[in-house]
Amino acid sequence: MSEQPKASLNQQLDAINDYERQPVPEHKTKGFKDFLALVAGEHIAGTEFVIGPLFVLHGASATDVVLGLLFGNILATLSWTFICAPLAVKTRLTLFYQLERICGYKLVSIFNALSGLQAVAFAAFMAVVSAGAIGLVAGLDTPGFTQMLPNGPSWIILVSVLVALITIIAIQGIDWVSRFAKISTPWMPWVFLSAGIATLPQLGVNSISDFWSVANTTIWTGTPAPGMAKYGLWHILFFSWLCNTAMHIGLSDTFIYRYARKSYYGLASIAGMFIGHFMAWISSGILCAAALRSGIADPTPGQVASIGAGLAGVICVVIAGWTTANPTLYRAGLAVQGIFPNTKRWKITAWLGVLAAVIASFPGVVSKLDSLLAWFALIAAPVGAIVVLEVYVFDRLHLERDYSHKRNGIVNWAVAATWVGALAICWLLYEWWDLDFFFFMAIPGWFIAAFLYIIFSKVMQRSPTTVQLSRV
Amino acid sequence: MRKALILAGYIGLTLTALPAFLVFAGRLSFDQYKALMIGGAVLWFSTAPFFIDKKTKSPR
Repeated sequence: MSEQPKASLNQQLDAINDYERQPVPEHKTKGFKDFLALVAGEHIAGTEFVIGPLFVLHGASATDVVLGLLFGNILATLSWTFICAPLAVKTRLTLFYQLERICGYKLVSIFNALSGLQAVAFAAFMAVVSAGAIGLVAGLDTPGFTQMLPNGPSWIILVSVLVALITIIAIQGIDWVSRFAKISTPWMPWVFLSAGIATLPQLGVNSISDFWSVANTTIWTGTPAPGMAKYGLWHILFFSWLCNTAMHIGLSDTFIYRYARKSYYGLASIAGMFIGHFMAWISSGILCAAALRSGIADPTPGQVASIGAGLAGVICVVIAGWTTANPTLYRAGLAVQGIFPNTKRWKITAWLGVLAAVIASFPGVVSKLDSLLAWFALIAAPVGAIVVLEVYVFDRLHLERDYSHKRNGIVNWAVAATWVGALAICWLLYEWWDLDFFFFMAIPGWFIAAFLYIIFSKVMQRSPTTVQLSRV
Repeated sequence: MRKALILAGYIGLTLTALPAFLVFAGRLSFDQYKALMIGGAVLWFSTAPFFIDKKTKSPR
């Protein structure tokens, strides 16, 4: 029992100084081990039970999956190590605050709204994944995740109850949520690993030497499921590199890495990548193949995990979904509150919970997870390029940094034009080159945005009004 | 007491990690493996809350 009267959660949250609008002081920085644990836990989520099977259903070959994940995850780690973490350590500011200084409150609000929406959709995905697993144990007739419409009121009630629980916790219990995540993180990777290994004999792998031939003929056969586009090496490589675009080259992980004592701590992301996005994706791919082999044409994560680890697998799906959904909805509330600072965060989070419940009512949205991540990668990449230029290049080009901050928060139209222009050019190139995967455009989008931002900033900062203001 | 809880927790993790390799080696049935996985989960989640993240309660 607590000896002191407990402050309300809002008071507790208000009391926390998270340095949202100032650099993190040196004495508050943390060591390498803290980052290792943090990012390892962050990248083991319920979605891993969705993404691994996606590669199987999209007809990737075993070579595509292993090489694609190997190089993609190395590139993702390098993106954190050489772009995100060094910038975060140099400025020790959050992305949102840096952007606000550069482009002004109005523009950053649009980015906040998009970030919030993406987080709500992600929380809804997690609720769908957890509901599928609970429905399996409870004997409910749960819909497949390629089925867009709910199959009855029981599904809608189940996801609504789950989202309500997630919302209540996101509103009230972030401390409890983070502690729960810390407790489950050491256990979850072992469930993924065990499920994959124990299922291998069912697929005909009885020794290590059998694995590669079975992987090619039974697991990642190279033939997509009906209605699914074909994925190859480049799809897997770019997906594993850029599914976290918003976090690394989009710089939203500056929120975490601004606390890093040294800039090389971005290397800690290797733990998250190779446990969550290599081992877990390969493992859940194996489980998906076992599900397909047992006659389940459209396996849900609950079914996939149940085949590999029984009830423990189902519990893992629910916990992994929950530990991801709670902080995600909490962050969505914070992001949207940035737009409506006079509205209480709990009210905003509650409304976002309602939106998440509506999205989660449509189970097929989960099969669109890769598309959503790709869209957000395209939206986030130009933002990262703009901030990188401001921090590292603008002084050398004799361009003025923090344009909006020095002019009472006026809209920086160079940022607006860069953002819209980069997205438009990416879309045109995507159509022109007849590509089938939005992730292919995230890196070009980053460089296009960098080029446009220099041009637009040169033009804007040479205008007479700007020169006059600069002299004041 | 704390050491006993930590030991029990790690036995829970071992029960989660080890049986799969025994199934692969053909020394354990799949049903036994699933039962051990549940046992491991129960053991981990009933002990870990008592020793994970307990050091952080230092006064600010």
